Amino acid sequence: MSAFSAIGDGQPTDQDDYTPELEPQATWCPGCGDFGVLKALKGAAEELGRSPEEMLLCTGIGCSGKLNSYFDSYGFHTIHGRSLPVARAAKVTNPGVEVIAAGGDGDGYGIGGNHFMHTARENHDMTYIVFNNEIFGLTKGQTSPTSPKGHKSKTQPSGSAKEPLRPLSLSLNAGASYVARTAAVNPNQAKEILVEAMEHDGFAHVDFLTQCPTWNKDAKQYVPYIDVNDSDDYEFDKTDRREASDMMAETETALHEGKVLTGRYYVDDSRPSYGQEKRAIGEMPEEPLAERYFDDSYEWERSADLFLDKHK
Amino acid sequence: MTDNEFIWRIAGGSGDGIASTSQNFAKALMRSGLDVFTHRHYPSRIRGGHTYTEVRAAAEPVKSRGDGYNFLLALGDSFARNPQEDAYYGNEEIKPLSENLDELREGGVIVYDSGLLDASEIEDFDARVEENNWHVYDIDLRNMARDVGREVMRNTAGVGVTCALAGIDLHWIEELMSDAMPDKILEPNLDILNQAHDMMLEEYDIDAVDVTVPEGSHDEEQVLMSGSDAIAYGSLDEGCRFISGYPMTPWTEVFTILSQNLPKVGGISEQVEDEIAAAALAVGASHAGAKAMSGSSGGGFALMSEPLGLAEMTETPVVLIEAMRAGPSTGMPTKPEQADLEHVLYTSQGDSQRVVFAPGTVEEAYTQTRKAFKIAYEYQIPAIVLYDQKLGGELVSLPASHFDEEPNPSLGSTLTEAELAEAPHDESGKYSRFQHDVEDGVSPRSIPGQKGGRFLATGNEHTPEGHIAESTANRVAQMDRRTQKLEAIHEELASQGDTHQTHYGPDEATYGLMTFGSQQGTVEEAVDMLNDQGYSTKALGVSDMAPYPAEEVTEFIESVDEVLVIEMNASAQFRGLTQKELGQYGEKLSSLLKYNGNPFEPLDIVEGFKTTIIEGSELSGAETKFVPAAGD
Ligand SMILES: Cc1ncc(C[n+]2csc(CCOP(=O)(O)OP(=O)(O)O)c2C)c(N)n1
Ligand code: SF4
Ligand SMILES: [Mg+2]
Repeated sequence: MSAFSAIGDGQPTDQDDYTPELEPQATWCPGCGDFGVLKALKGAAEELGRSPEEMLLCTGIGCSGKLNSYFDSYGFHTIHGRSLPVARAAKVTNPGVEVIAAGGDGDGYGIGGNHFMHTARENHDMTYIVFNNEIFGLTKGQTSPTSPKGHKSKTQPSGSAKEPLRPLSLSLNAGASYVARTAAVNPNQAKEILVEAMEHDGFAHVDFLTQCPTWNKDAKQYVPYIDVNDSDDYEFDKTDRREASDMMAETETALHEGKVLTGRYYVDDSRPSYGQEKRAIGEMPEEPLAERYFDDSYEWERSADLFLDKHK
Repeated sequence: MTDNEFIWRIAGGSGDGIASTSQNFAKALMRSGLDVFTHRHYPSRIRGGHTYTEVRAAAEPVKSRGDGYNFLLALGDSFARNPQEDAYYGNEEIKPLSENLDELREGGVIVYDSGLLDASEIEDFDARVEENNWHVYDIDLRNMARDVGREVMRNTAGVGVTCALAGIDLHWIEELMSDAMPDKILEPNLDILNQAHDMMLEEYDIDAVDVTVPEGSHDEEQVLMSGSDAIAYGSLDEGCRFISGYPMTPWTEVFTILSQNLPKVGGISEQVEDEIAAAALAVGASHAGAKAMSGSSGGGFALMSEPLGLAEMTETPVVLIEAMRAGPSTGMPTKPEQADLEHVLYTSQGDSQRVVFAPGTVEEAYTQTRKAFKIAYEYQIPAIVLYDQKLGGELVSLPASHFDEEPNPSLGSTLTEAELAEAPHDESGKYSRFQHDVEDGVSPRSIPGQKGGRFLATGNEHTPEGHIAESTANRVAQMDRRTQKLEAIHEELASQGDTHQTHYGPDEATYGLMTFGSQQGTVEEAVDMLNDQGYSTKALGVSDMAPYPAEEVTEFIESVDEVLVIEMNASAQFRGLTQKELGQYGEKLSSLLKYNGNPFEPLDIVEGFKTTIIEGSELSGAETKFVPAAGD
């Protein structure tokens, strides 16, 4: 019998189950795109029937990191840039838990960029939502790695001299097996994409355009948006690396020319997840590690039996 | 220094197989009934560069590398740079012989491989030999090895020669080689061992040599183990099945042992992108219900600072290992030092709290690593095991029974689903994970996936349910509760019958020597020597760095007239900690420091003590440094 009976209990849920009744301090500004992520996530979790107690939502620091305050589940609000290493360790320790990591563009593409690359490369079976508002929200509007070139802020008074980072391309090259972009202003697509991401057996990266009306004054509301999978103007095969790569590059460039392209860019269902790879080489137990600590009948190995002889 | 001991130094190039040859040799002597202790000296290079290992053996317990040595086997550095290619380095090949002469005791033995080395290249060699009454044997080990098969076997030939000269029964070596070597190479190695041995008996006058191996016997079965082994095994026996890390000397040893073995017992090892990730993964694994650890050496540990604080604030149990090496910055990667004490105690922002143990011996490394896990999981706090390259790398013979212990996989203060059902929740059903008023400040935790356990862990200050909150009353209550845990830990450590501190020497003594961590054994040997010479001395080896054992240390300091604090760093960090914790004794504690890359030898301490404390004179030479007591 599992020590974690919330996992896969199949109980129907509705969106209210993810709303903490005790309303914590409201910290998001009116009109903030972050509300869109919250709504899409609640919708996706409900649709998939994931109960709050089989989900672990790991966030970074930023306005985006406050997602934990509004979404009721097991949560780990970590430190700036480090949601992914915490999340992926939780996943290998107890693979039955639905692990979702989330954070801002500064959090994930800047300070946590190294973890982003490596978590994608390892292809952990988890979903990673990046609230991309092209700005540092919480610290009051400084330039972020995705701020467009020339973007002025208090810390770059003459405008950014840097090309913005290309998150989709980076993700693909690092090894993510599901890459999508959606926008807070597009709730239906956002929910569908999160459902697919959570169902995907591998690292699913969702670059979520979230407008920040408070600090990103010249930011668009990310409308009108075009879904590249639906539009006749775009023809590409999202299971083909090269075509996906071209489509991503076009999308990233277009955003800074005022055109908002969204959709699924890359989907590789054939690549085994990290857990599968690790189990295949005998480096991860078949039974979740976390269960063992609650199993009174387990015979724990002793170093004396394993190693003492070779020291004699 | 007793004559009743054998200290064998095998010197050669990195990559010449010095480590494995010396390990086998040490084990053979242990099996013959002797206590052994090894000391490694190596450069931060893979191939080339002069390296040696010392094996000290005696019938009585040996607790340090000893002073100097009495038998040199110089193999010659077969990977040395060609002097023609890079004149800057000069002739490195000769270094295993030329660089090891200073510490060779009078009457000592030198065996060198004349196939590679030419002693006439060393200035004054013959004069020094005569002056010191050394016995020199130039043997063409390389040629001997070539004749039997492969040149690498010159190590074995050298061991054969050693056994002949020092009177070691070959069967101990043969038995060990049979255990350790695959059949294919066993036969030729046995051949060359015997050949070299017999040749010495037949062709050389060995009676002149009076450096021989003593005889001893053990009451109990022994094992040869290092501090790194002990830390790894202690972790495993405490139910640790998750390790994450990034290689860095000397922490890599523990990481390697566990990475190779955890998967065999259904555990998980993760080599990750950097040490920030390494520590964060350990936190994530623990949060999800595993007993988890990570670790590094100074530079990597610096990167762990923020995740360490996260573990403290979210009360996520975790064990971190810090293997000190000489700093600052990259410092001297393969050299031991004890200069990360303050780094480990104080890194990370805020009033952060953690437990730090600095084991003094290989046995303590095992016991205290286990205790670190136990405390971490019971009190939901990070616990750090602080050691150094010396303790990690030295091999020591010990009773096997010390490691024959039962496992303890308990997750400590963690609830089951049944217990959660009875536990307090808020109106929305969130579990009150961080309750204000709980015994010893410990509020039990739940694990993701458990029904009835959901809560928010956050590095922000938080309410009992984990919601981010900045109200003053809650802040103070939570801060006080976290602090209370440390007080409870202090009490638990002080009340256990057998504290982590090691007292040594007579109950009543005039002088005290105090140290922390890996210098303990050396200090104890110094205490014996000082008492033999008529200086009434005792020692205290302290392991609890946090919480600090104030009562026990106070008692020790009060019991003597004066205390000399021994530590391997330049800024007297442990003395500073002691004065800070006790708030007095500035006038009673002086320091003997060593930070040249080598650990103390007992004589450093004996001479340093006599010169400074007894005679009140200045220390000559640059090996150690004296810092007098300065008042509070
Ligand atoms: C190590 C560290 N550095 C800096 C900060 C301050 N800080 C908090 S959030 C943040 C940037 C937030 O930007 P982003 O990640 O894009 O999140 P957003 O607020 O836009 O959602 C910064 C710099 C911190 N908390 N920790
Ligand atoms: S500052 Fe911007 S990102 Fe932050 S809550 Fe307000 S609108 Fe949202
Ligand atoms: Mg942002």
